[in-house]
Amino acid sequence: MSKTLFDKVWDSHVVHSVENGPQILYIDKHLIHEVTSPQAFNELEERNIPLFRKDQIVATADHNVPTKDQHLPIQDLLSKKQVEMLTENCEKHDVTLYGLGHPYQGIVHVMAPELGITRPGMTMVCGDSHTSTHGAFGTIAFGIGTSQVAQVFASQCLLLSKPKSMRITVNGKLKKGVLPKDVILYIIAQLGTNSGTGYFVEYAGDVFENMTMEGRMTVCNMSIEMGARGGMIAPDDTTFEYVKDREFAPKGEEFEKKVAYWKTLPTDADATFDKEYSFNAEDIEPMVTYGTNPGMGIKITEAIPSKDDVSFEKSLEYMGFRKGEKLLGKDINYVFIGSCTNSRIEDFRIAAEYIKGKQKAANVNALIVPGSQQVAKQIKEEGIQDIFEAAGFEMRQSGCSACLGMNEDKIPAGEYCVSTSNRNFEGRQGQGARTILASPLVAAATAIAGKIINVSEEVEELELV
Amino acid sequence: MEKFVTLTSKAIPLPIENIDTDQIIPARFLKATSKAGFGENLFRDWRFKKDGTPNEDFVLNDATYSGKILVAGDNFGCGSSREHAAWALTDFGFKAIVSSYFADIFKGNALNNGLLPIQVSPEVLSAMLSAIKENPNTELKVDLKNQTITVLGTNIEESFEIDAYKKMCLMNGYDDIDFLVSNKDKIEAYEASRTF
Repeated sequence: MSKTLFDKVWDSHVVHSVENGPQILYIDKHLIHEVTSPQAFNELEERNIPLFRKDQIVATADHNVPTKDQHLPIQDLLSKKQVEMLTENCEKHDVTLYGLGHPYQGIVHVMAPELGITRPGMTMVCGDSHTSTHGAFGTIAFGIGTSQVAQVFASQCLLLSKPKSMRITVNGKLKKGVLPKDVILYIIAQLGTNSGTGYFVEYAGDVFENMTMEGRMTVCNMSIEMGARGGMIAPDDTTFEYVKDREFAPKGEEFEKKVAYWKTLPTDADATFDKEYSFNAEDIEPMVTYGTNPGMGIKITEAIPSKDDVSFEKSLEYMGFRKGEKLLGKDINYVFIGSCTNSRIEDFRIAAEYIKGKQKAANVNALIVPGSQQVAKQIKEEGIQDIFEAAGFEMRQSGCSACLGMNEDKIPAGEYCVSTSNRNFEGRQGQGARTILASPLVAAATAIAGKIINVSEEVEELELV
Repeated sequence: MEKFVTLTSKAIPLPIENIDTDQIIPARFLKATSKAGFGENLFRDWRFKKDGTPNEDFVLNDATYSGKILVAGDNFGCGSSREHAAWALTDFGFKAIVSSYFADIFKGNALNNGLLPIQVSPEVLSAMLSAIKENPNTELKVDLKNQTITVLGTNIEESFEIDAYKKMCLMNGYDDIDFLVSNKDKIEAYEASRTF
């Protein structure tokens, strides 16, 4: 029978099917962090259950860490306790931890791919909804709750019903200055914030085939923002090339054997999906959001739509926007380039390409937060840090930072922030903060202009790789 | 986990769409390392003004409405996977949430905490909200065994879907860990049989 990429990976991980019930799905890799793991460790200890496969777990501290002076003790006592508890739990249970100060520390979804922990054909979970990121490798990766973290600790498995399948195809050539972030914001704006609920998505077509791994990660990262548990892209030479020689990737003959297997994973030509959508690359332009969910996005030159709906109006009221208004020309005081969506080296290369030789606007606070210690090191080595600093941007250390209003990095109430993160929910970046989601290029241009501008008019001379 | 068989209760209406888990429990309250006490900050930024005083306009501060059932707008629980959202709702006293749509991760988290997500059609949701608004003392009856929800004193009744295994867990107070651990031999056999 013809199978999709998702079917192939899922079916090969089914341990057992409960009659008229869920399936026991085997999990290859379990990533954990400080916020959603402590209660799961407690649960196991209370029940006196040992960790079943500790070698398949990797931990890092990311959500609740400061991005300044990471060598000093954490100031916020509750945060300090949570991060220390992760360290204690990992020591007690002998789990690999890349904690604060470790050269591999970073946002869990940046750290695992760059170390070669993420590989095609796997099942991966983490107590974080953006685990969908790893689907870029042709892996089934999805976010779970803390009860499920405990289940994986106890059995390396989860009890799940197989989701339905959706394929989103984008063919054609993207315009210059249209980045992977714009592609996914466009898709979510077209389909809506709950269109993917109950589905696992496969992204197909030239646009994704021609994307770098980092771009594919940006796309898959935001699958959850349309409700899909995860998104996948078929592994190909771009994938194999990326994985090859990374720290924990298989080496030599073992690697070649894996590649031969990975090549069998792409969706069979005649496989069918429960739902299919298709878009043209030429229709996509740089995007921004205007509301309080990621589906409320428009092309940067468009006006906010008019809709008579209580939830829609509540959203615009929170944002301080009016129906029919354009975002072009809006003054912006905060810019954040970071998060598991856009904090990899290519994101910073693109931002730096735009920024070099320019100065940020005086009204703007611009934060650059690398996704991992390794990305931070690359930024420095490639001379990009000098470009950011010369332009007046503030360089920070790695972590989730201002994406989620949990650690010290927050946007003040009432202020707009053009942000490369993934969620524009009310209060997401701090109480009362107003988030406008955008690509690293749009964020960089906003920081320089001090307002939202039509970046498409300025990309001709740039080398955007 | 507490058993869930039937529930008869008044309900609290919250007809806002796309309520995300950041609203249910903002990230700054996720620093605790136990499951207790999250109810205090449930819907924190809607329930309280910036100065910490209660926002009288928010339904949870309106004495007109009370109950163990929350009736909410479409796509409830979207966004972050934080199970703290389910803990906050149960800690506050909710036993069931009714909506026309639930986000996947939230739905699973709720079920793992004995909080029943009940999906009804948009029409039934709207009829329920009207009935509650008209008479805040209206009671809803949830019968998990028969998978029905009824608005008492009206002709509004709807059956709802639930995975048979999850229903069995809820009705008996079981959770997945016991089940998974009891299948260890199958899991080990799977590991030994892997060829890729």
